[in-house]
Amino acid sequence: MRVSLFITCYNDSLFPETGKAVVSLLERLGHEVEFRPKQTCCGQMHWNTGYLREAVPIVRHFVDVYRDAETIVIPSSSCVSMMRDHYLKAAESVGDAHLADEIHALLPRVFEFSEFLVKKLGLEDVGASYPHKVTYHASCHSERSLHLGDIPIRLLKNVRGLDLLPIQNIEECCGFGGTFAIKNADVSSAMLADKVRSVLNTGAEVCTAVDNSCLMHLYGSLHRQRTFVRTAHIAEILASGGDHASQSEAGRQ
Amino acid sequence: MSDSSAARAAILESIRTSLGAQSTPAQIAEEYAALPRDYKRSSTLDSSALLDLFQNRLEEYDAGVYRTTSAQIAATIAGIVESRKRHSLAIPEGVPTAWLPQEIRFEDATSFDAYRLDAVEGVLTGCTVAIAETGSMVLQNATAQGPRILSLVPDYHLCVVFADQVVETVPEAFERLRATDSVPTTFISGPSATADIEMTRIKGVHGPRFLDVVLVL
Amino acid sequence: MSATSPQWSARDFPTAAKDLLADSQIRKNVQHATNVIQAKRAKVVGELTDWGELREDGAQIRAHTLKHLDHYLAQFEGNCTRAGGQVHWARDAAEANQIILDLLQQHAAKEVIKIKTMTSEEIGLNKYLEAAGIRPYETDLAELIIQLGRDKPSHFVVPALHKNRQQVREIFERELHLPGLGDRPEDLATAARTYLREKFLRIKIAISGGNFMIADTGGVCIVESEGNGRMCLTLPDVLISLIGIEKVVPSFKDLEVFLQTLPRSATGERMNPYNSTWSGVHPGDGPKEFHVVLLDNGRSPILADKEARQTLQCIRCGACLNACPVYHQTGGHAYESVYAGPIGAILTPQLHSMKEGRSLPYASSLCGACYEVCPVKINIPEVLIHLRGKVVREDQETLSGKLGLWNIGMQAAAFLFADSRRFALAQQAGQIGQKVLVSKNGFIEWLPLMLGGWSQTRDLRAMPAQSFREWWAKEKAPHLGNGGPPHVSTSGSNASPAARQPAESKPAKESRDV
Repeated sequence: MRVSLFITCYNDSLFPETGKAVVSLLERLGHEVEFRPKQTCCGQMHWNTGYLREAVPIVRHFVDVYRDAETIVIPSSSCVSMMRDHYLKAAESVGDAHLADEIHALLPRVFEFSEFLVKKLGLEDVGASYPHKVTYHASCHSERSLHLGDIPIRLLKNVRGLDLLPIQNIEECCGFGGTFAIKNADVSSAMLADKVRSVLNTGAEVCTAVDNSCLMHLYGSLHRQRTFVRTAHIAEILASGGDHASQSEAGRQ
Repeated sequence: MSDSSAARAAILESIRTSLGAQSTPAQIAEEYAALPRDYKRSSTLDSSALLDLFQNRLEEYDAGVYRTTSAQIAATIAGIVESRKRHSLAIPEGVPTAWLPQEIRFEDATSFDAYRLDAVEGVLTGCTVAIAETGSMVLQNATAQGPRILSLVPDYHLCVVFADQVVETVPEAFERLRATDSVPTTFISGPSATADIEMTRIKGVHGPRFLDVVLVL
Repeated sequence: MSATSPQWSARDFPTAAKDLLADSQIRKNVQHATNVIQAKRAKVVGELTDWGELREDGAQIRAHTLKHLDHYLAQFEGNCTRAGGQVHWARDAAEANQIILDLLQQHAAKEVIKIKTMTSEEIGLNKYLEAAGIRPYETDLAELIIQLGRDKPSHFVVPALHKNRQQVREIFERELHLPGLGDRPEDLATAARTYLREKFLRIKIAISGGNFMIADTGGVCIVESEGNGRMCLTLPDVLISLIGIEKVVPSFKDLEVFLQTLPRSATGERMNPYNSTWSGVHPGDGPKEFHVVLLDNGRSPILADKEARQTLQCIRCGACLNACPVYHQTGGHAYESVYAGPIGAILTPQLHSMKEGRSLPYASSLCGACYEVCPVKINIPEVLIHLRGKVVREDQETLSGKLGLWNIGMQAAAFLFADSRRFALAQQAGQIGQKVLVSKNGFIEWLPLMLGGWSQTRDLRAMPAQSFREWWAKEKAPHLGNGGPPHVSTSGSNASPAARQPAESKPAKESRDV
């Protein structure tokens, strides 16, 4: 399958290793990955902060870049939720019916990374090995917008050597919320403190999620508190220690 | 008496301005009739499971439930009232004499005021319909149920429910209440309670603190 | 027809929240109560196989009613009047207060008993009546605690949720003169029962709110637990119900939906102990005189906004407060409004035509928990964003807003995101420019201006020396040069067999050494 990677603006700038992991894994699974350098951002930061008018050109830019893409994979559930929940509204807000039609046509080809593996490729075991104690944080958008449910957990359970430790209040927000963490920094910090406590209580070495935004937030506190808990995007875990068993499984798809 | 007709006109005008295009009453009725009603509206339980569910729900509210037959109503009531250490009960108009045991004193309290009701030991009523899924009795201003105050001010309420009055779901109860939908109606689900302090449900604030149900098979 | 709300000051949410975050007792009480109530709700909602249908159908009934609100209000008025009730209309708080005061004065009332009604909190009724020499007695246990403690409600279903039993005991001991009162909830409830029973029997006029007005019967429905509601509805000679205009449903039958969703959502019960419905006056049963005061106070203009109109679908169950991670931290007082939590964050500013409560739409991380539990499917996150849009647009029309840091920053970001070359240049500028901020450990521990809130409690990983796009251009598409055409791909066959263990390498290593 020819997969077009939308890396997202913050992964591009801050978490290139996540993008490399996505590329590495998808290639290992026998897929062709393309990267369209014209890509920038999904527009979520502007939209969610209320800069609706300013978000529209960014939405349009995304559509321009990916109009003809076969499959678009995005290692960020919140960016995917921006597209699924708000792109049509953005088009409607400026009365652009043509843009709305294009979004309609494009959305079925947009996948969050873990969703792509399980729902589109039908894989739960990607042949990864990661001998660490890991806990999984269900980001808000993965849980309540994309309804990923246990998709990421199923993927993690099939990783060799990975000890998946359950976390309390798995679905409660870490307090990031984009510009919320800045506009309401105190409340956000209090929410983060609760989430960090839950992470530390698991005894995990690594906290993972399908969104680096939450992980950046969590790691900001884990690092400040000088804990030894690290964070890693799920793609980085799934790309680790790959064997070739999965390729035959992928070949069946 | 303050005249609010100017406010009335202004509010309705403001609503209409906000809403824009108006529909005719017939269009509104049609639109209303077409609203989806996909929720559960009929029973799935047989009668024995239905009564078990009703009893279970009531007991979770800490209400006493006593099963009996129509021939044994008075005897059952006598036993319950005695175990509650009460000797007399207030009753509304129309309570069948067959419910009333000789050894208890009953007084028709239909026209009692609040002060007199505050002094009675308890009240005996029937009900219009009961809901198993929620453990509710629905009382209306009707024969053997009386005005709302009766089942409110006394500290003890004993309610007689016949098996054929028990439905499984809330929508079934509303179906039965349709003919009397303007009558004063009270849904009673357990003794009076509050969870206002630390979300702990505790029995007995202002309504009856004790509730027993006679379930007639 | 914007709302007037006399009682609350107008600090913005972040400022008010800061005070509450410092109050560990309140936070403990709020977290305990919301945890308990959420667990109860989850259990009884989980029991219903048709919860999804109840939510959807309930939402549609509410949306339909709002779409024809004028029709249903007129129908309610006609039927209520025919049943012997009297209907009054109030454009704002001042009119509603005046109508109620006039009614009380006609009956020479010096005292009045009240059922918990947030609508009366909204219009500041108690203060108004006290100023006119009439003493209102709150009879709901939580509202009594609030009234005696000279406090403000922090939750519209459980207004004293921020108080624990010891605090309630102190208030009762002091205000009701009950030395040695115990602090078991039973002791406190008994104290309230004794104190209020005398009021119920003696005072002949009552004020209530209303959960639902029923258009086809002209009836009113009140949902409660303690029986104080029933006392106020049935014992007095005169009853005045103050109800917001949005709270009408077309038919008695519609209650079969809401009497399932409301109790389960509000208190986590299958049914609350008491629901009362009645129409007008009924000889020999209840008040001889019944008044409904229909309150607009900023509601009707909300209907004009198609995106935000759903706000008025609310049936005030409070489930969104209990589910909200922001509310968990701050409790209700941080919202500086009668209506707290996520629904308050969208309702309050709209009631005030966006002139007050402008920080409230931002008092959310948009986590979506509120929408998930809402029994009438109000998409609160969507409305929050919509209202943020209004705030931004209005701010941009002022000079200070236009030149504000947020606006400048967002405009700049939008400019960069419009073109990948600009964006790539900005990344490179960031990689260099951040140097002054990056500590030896590769992390940013201090940020300037509005970003400073982040670095109070969090480090920020520095930008790595190479962005993803730079890596791609170098490693995957070196022959294509910088930027390149839009379609650049590699296939699995010629990819490097990179079996990385990214979490093994400390992120800091990738940061530029400074």
